[in-house]
Amino acid sequence: MAKPTDLVQGTLDLLILRTLALQPMHGWGIAQRIRQVSKDVLQVNQGALYPALHRLEQQGWIRAKWGESENNRRAKYYSLTPDGAKYLRQEQAQWKRLSSAIGLVLDMS
Amino acid sequence: MRWYYKLPLRLRSLFRKDKAELDLSEELQFHLQNQIDELVAEGMNPQEARREALKSLGGVEQVKEECREMRRTNLIENFFQDLRFGLRMLRRTPGFSILAILCLTLGIGANAAVFSWVEGILVRPYPLVFDQERLIALAGTVRGERDQTSWPDLLDVRRSCTLCETLFVSNITGATLNIGDHAQIITGGMVSANYFDAIGVHPFLGRGFEPGEDSGRNAHPVVVLSYHLWQSRFKGDPEIIGKTQRFDNVVHTIVGVAPAGFYGTFVGRAIEYWVPISMLEVFYSGSNRLEDRGARWAEAYVRRKPGVTRSQAQQEISAIATRLEAEYPATNRGRGIKVWALWETPFNHAGELLPILQIMVIVVVFVLLIVCANVGNLLLVRSFARRHEMTVRLAIGADRGRLLRQLVTEGLLLSVCGAVGGMLLAYWCRQALPLLFPVRGGEVMYLPGEIDARVLGLSAAICLVATLAVGLVPAFQMRHLAIADSLKTEATSVMGARGRAWFRSSLVVLQVTLSFMLLVGATLLIQSLRNIRTTSPGFSTTRVLDTWIPLAAAGYDAPRARTFQEELIQRVRALPGVEAAAYARVVPLGYEGYSSTPIAVDGYEPQPNEQPAADYNEVSSNYFATMGIPLISGREFTRADDENAPRVAIVNQTMVARYWRGQNPVGQRLQVKGNWVQVVGVAKDSKYYSMDETPRAFFYVPLRQYFAIEPDIHIRTTQPLQTIETALIREVRAIDPNLALYEMITLQEQLDRSTSQQLVAVTLVALFGGLALLLASIGLYGVMSCSVSQSTRELGLRMALGAGTSNVLRLVLSRGLLLTTTGIVIGIALALPLTRLLGNLLYQVSPRDSLAFATAFAVMSVASVAACFLPAWRATRIDPMRALRAE
Repeated sequence: MAKPTDLVQGTLDLLILRTLALQPMHGWGIAQRIRQVSKDVLQVNQGALYPALHRLEQQGWIRAKWGESENNRRAKYYSLTPDGAKYLRQEQAQWKRLSSAIGLVLDMS
Repeated sequence: MRWYYKLPLRLRSLFRKDKAELDLSEELQFHLQNQIDELVAEGMNPQEARREALKSLGGVEQVKEECREMRRTNLIENFFQDLRFGLRMLRRTPGFSILAILCLTLGIGANAAVFSWVEGILVRPYPLVFDQERLIALAGTVRGERDQTSWPDLLDVRRSCTLCETLFVSNITGATLNIGDHAQIITGGMVSANYFDAIGVHPFLGRGFEPGEDSGRNAHPVVVLSYHLWQSRFKGDPEIIGKTQRFDNVVHTIVGVAPAGFYGTFVGRAIEYWVPISMLEVFYSGSNRLEDRGARWAEAYVRRKPGVTRSQAQQEISAIATRLEAEYPATNRGRGIKVWALWETPFNHAGELLPILQIMVIVVVFVLLIVCANVGNLLLVRSFARRHEMTVRLAIGADRGRLLRQLVTEGLLLSVCGAVGGMLLAYWCRQALPLLFPVRGGEVMYLPGEIDARVLGLSAAICLVATLAVGLVPAFQMRHLAIADSLKTEATSVMGARGRAWFRSSLVVLQVTLSFMLLVGATLLIQSLRNIRTTSPGFSTTRVLDTWIPLAAAGYDAPRARTFQEELIQRVRALPGVEAAAYARVVPLGYEGYSSTPIAVDGYEPQPNEQPAADYNEVSSNYFATMGIPLISGREFTRADDENAPRVAIVNQTMVARYWRGQNPVGQRLQVKGNWVQVVGVAKDSKYYSMDETPRAFFYVPLRQYFAIEPDIHIRTTQPLQTIETALIREVRAIDPNLALYEMITLQEQLDRSTSQQLVAVTLVALFGGLALLLASIGLYGVMSCSVSQSTRELGLRMALGAGTSNVLRLVLSRGLLLTTTGIVIGIALALPLTRLLGNLLYQVSPRDSLAFATAFAVMSVASVAACFLPAWRATRIDPMRALRAE
């Protein structure tokens, strides 16, 4: 397995928002989901996850609510706000533009 | 819409911090637990799993701190933390705190007080008047000298001036109201009919004046009272409108009461009543007529249209004046009209207060700088004591910026306390300025300080500057904090070492410089005042008394007054101890103006643009003997120079020099008010208007030929004032028991009152100069004390090696005196060009007067030696053994 790559802060935000677009989740769940979906390539730096979540909450893209987890413990669930959904769409489009441009440069002969 | 989510979060972070902390812990705990469970499920044992989980999270506390930072309320939280810490520090060192806050209170308070005076007296002097920024004052000029304007001229200006919105007249006048034991004069305003409309202040009872009421001779005896007068004298009578009151013996109908808080438009006096200018002859004793273009008495104001500058208005008005000169050559030749800014208004007290207040602003800024230097020094000393604490904080990871913020917050705390105290001080001192001025006849000057938005804003700005100045000073020093060195034992410092001490020393040098400059200024002003007071005014001052009897208000007409005057003067001259007595219409150096007239002299050809004129005084027989004015040739007036005799005059030396080219004019003719009179004597020059005037042409005419109903009476005597006053009252009552006496004073008192402007300047500058000196001495003392205690080891070493008491004393003193000498030298260099700013407050004193500089030098040196002495003496008491042992 290749060494898991470190994620830059902006990219981490994007991944978190995209994950939350599907359903509300707590921090642990988000980390698990990202690892699962990326087939273990992306392993979120746990020390960076929670500051990122708190920052996104401060900025108003996501909001938090306390609830009960699958194993009956109290957990803090995050979900996307309408503004957050719009922000996610913008950032996704931006990312696609960026990555295809990089691809073009890398593929040039 | 994001704020909808953001706001509750911010508030919660601010006010429910504990809950937020608990939540954070719980969230991370949940995460850790899940991670541990997963690892255990993979086969690790619980302790290893726990360690592994913590490692992968990366340190719980650090993650928590990062989350906290994300909340971004740190700035506010830190600020409150700094504030609390600062308060604790202040409480722990009460001596320092009180001293610092006291200094700041004085500095900021003095500034705020002076600014409030400037605002209330110069910038916006008329409360309740609307739009004062566009008002300008109008006065006439003749041959370059100032004069008043006439009503017909003003009407022309009003008609032709396109840049002016309104024009109104506001003259000051007075009337005798009470005849009881002592006559009481109240101050009033004589105004054009549009006055109340023009200034936007409307009487709240009754009405103002109607447009027709400013024409006609004495045709409209109506009056508007001030709120204060209505309350005090008329007991707030709600039925006051329509009632009558005698003013100067003419019955006036009360038509209105002005609103509370309105004191008229005269800087320096509170106006108690207003009459229209059609009553001119009643209040100005009949010498001027309203329609007479040559009668110049009016003091007018103009409101410029929005956007018009003063110079534009001046240009247009000068053009109008030139046109009037051409149209009416008889009265207007050589006359112009000049506009003045409100704070330079020549016909109220603004003009004499302006230079004083200008100087005061500079003085209080100096005092503030000294205060800031003082507090900065105090803070430096304290921060030196705290450097251990600072370095420990740096060592455990505090951010330097954070420490800096804390120091600035502490400075802010001090200066906010100082500012609050200062504003209270300024509030109490608002009305303090009139206390410095003398009282005449029971009337105090009215000079209100006004604390409005502008003053508050300026004070807040000063407070901010003071904060930064004092707060950054210790921060400045902290820059050089090297952690390793400071954590070790106390680094020794040697007396006179450079480096850290230079900043503190330069602050003290600054203080000494500023104090020295203030001392020089104060000394110069004191010399000037002494010169003015000791210059001979040309007449006797200590043996001559002056007073007058209000006859007009008592109903006397000219014939009756004549009889009264005759009888009274006989009785007075017969009193024991009275050497001489005489009447004069005007007392010298007073506020009342002399009569003026165009003159013509045989054999004198005036220049093309010149209209010879001179002022004169109407005096009785024996005047010159009473006043002690020597006659150079000719004779005094006698009883024979009465209304049936040929008209005569006595001229002064300057007049002889100018119009008769120095030749004896006795026997020559002089034309006065159109009539030819014969010159019968020449008097020595004396002072007429003010002590610092230049010699002017002046003459005297007999009172009997140019009659005035209520002249001043001068009495030359060796008896004390009380005796003569009692005797005079007795004599006056013997003739008419209903009469009273106005305040009796000596002519010396009159002279002193006329030089009150200089006295006020001296008092204020000396007061603040003394304050500055005290502060600078405290600053010097503080620095020397600190320096000595820092160098305890070195001094102990010296003493152990054989230095005697005198050596140590000399060492410490020389250090201190080096600082003061530097300060004085710089002070001399700066003072030499700057004292010129004292300008016309200096009477016969050169701005570079060496006596003043020498005195200031001596005072400063003595104060410095005194300040350095105690620390020096303490240095000699150092026990060498203890000093060398202690760390």
